[in-house]
Amino acid sequence: MDVTDSDVLAAAERWRREGRGVAIATVLETWGSAPRPVGSRLVIDADGNFLGSVSGGCVEGAVVSEAAEVIAAGAPRTLEFGVADETAWKVGLSCGGKIAVYVEPVD
Amino acid sequence: MRLDLLAALNAERAARRAAVVVTELATGAQRLATAATLASDPLGPEIAAALAARRSGKAGEGSVFLAVDVPPPRMLVIGAVHISQALAPMARLAGFDLTILDPRTAFATPERFPEVPVIAEWPEEALPAYGLDPFTALVALTHDPKIDEPAIAAALRAECFYVGALGSRRTHAKRVERLAAAGLSQQAISRIHAPIGMDLGASSPAEIAVAVLAEVIRALRTGTAATAGAAA
Repeated sequence: MDVTDSDVLAAAERWRREGRGVAIATVLETWGSAPRPVGSRLVIDADGNFLGSVSGGCVEGAVVSEAAEVIAAGAPRTLEFGVADETAWKVGLSCGGKIAVYVEPVD
Repeated sequence: MRLDLLAALNAERAARRAAVVVTELATGAQRLATAATLASDPLGPEIAAALAARRSGKAGEGSVFLAVDVPPPRMLVIGAVHISQALAPMARLAGFDLTILDPRTAFATPERFPEVPVIAEWPEEALPAYGLDPFTALVALTHDPKIDEPAIAAALRAECFYVGALGSRRTHAKRVERLAAAGLSQQAISRIHAPIGMDLGASSPAEIAVAVLAEVIRALRTGTAATAGAAA
């Protein structure tokens, strides 16, 4: 029921112990109007199940698909989304803000 | 993140202790910083500042990210009443660690409050163990001075970031007289939110719960809790 960050991290641990591939996405930086503050987290498993939020729904889809690659590669990467990015309208950070998201595997 | 580090972080969270995940962005190397490790951490002062501000962000000239995890704010609700039944799930969704206290055992039952800790004791008995602090909101809803007022007085003395009490202006005027007679200063008494709740024209118990939660959130984000967090 609760969707606080502590539950997100508890889920990440539980999922990993169940043997699932898991990645954690964390908002590193925001510029302008961004829906979720720095430090907000999203946890994703290898099947694309996710819990938490890094943007209030705007770029979660893109982060979830990148997370699958991070889980497969076993190495972290930093993603940036924003109006300066040509994919911005597609992934939909329509508030005009810009965010950087760190995606790392749980290993 | 290594699983053992994630487990250690979750253990700190469960124990209501602050912790910081320190990530070297170039290499992905990580460590968990807690009050116990600050003195020996090369970024100790920057981590301490992030903890005090309760704010995640970059440090070490942008080479490091500090993910700050602080305990969620608590809400102690005096009165296992109808408004509390609506308030409990809403406050939990908003991230509050909520407890119900009511010495009337007919009200304070797990059936009426699933998944919420319920203490069926008098405030004088239960509050020392609960430990009111500046990151706790006290919401008094019984209408009964014998139950509400010892908790209100304790919350004012503990500098809870929010103290609210149900009751009309006339009820509150009498309450103010009794609290003053009990030795509380006018300045402390003036911190009580009464009548309780943001003025939404709320009518039903669930609407009043929304008004109370809104007022508590405003106090948390713009009031003394924000200041206390920055100064801590």
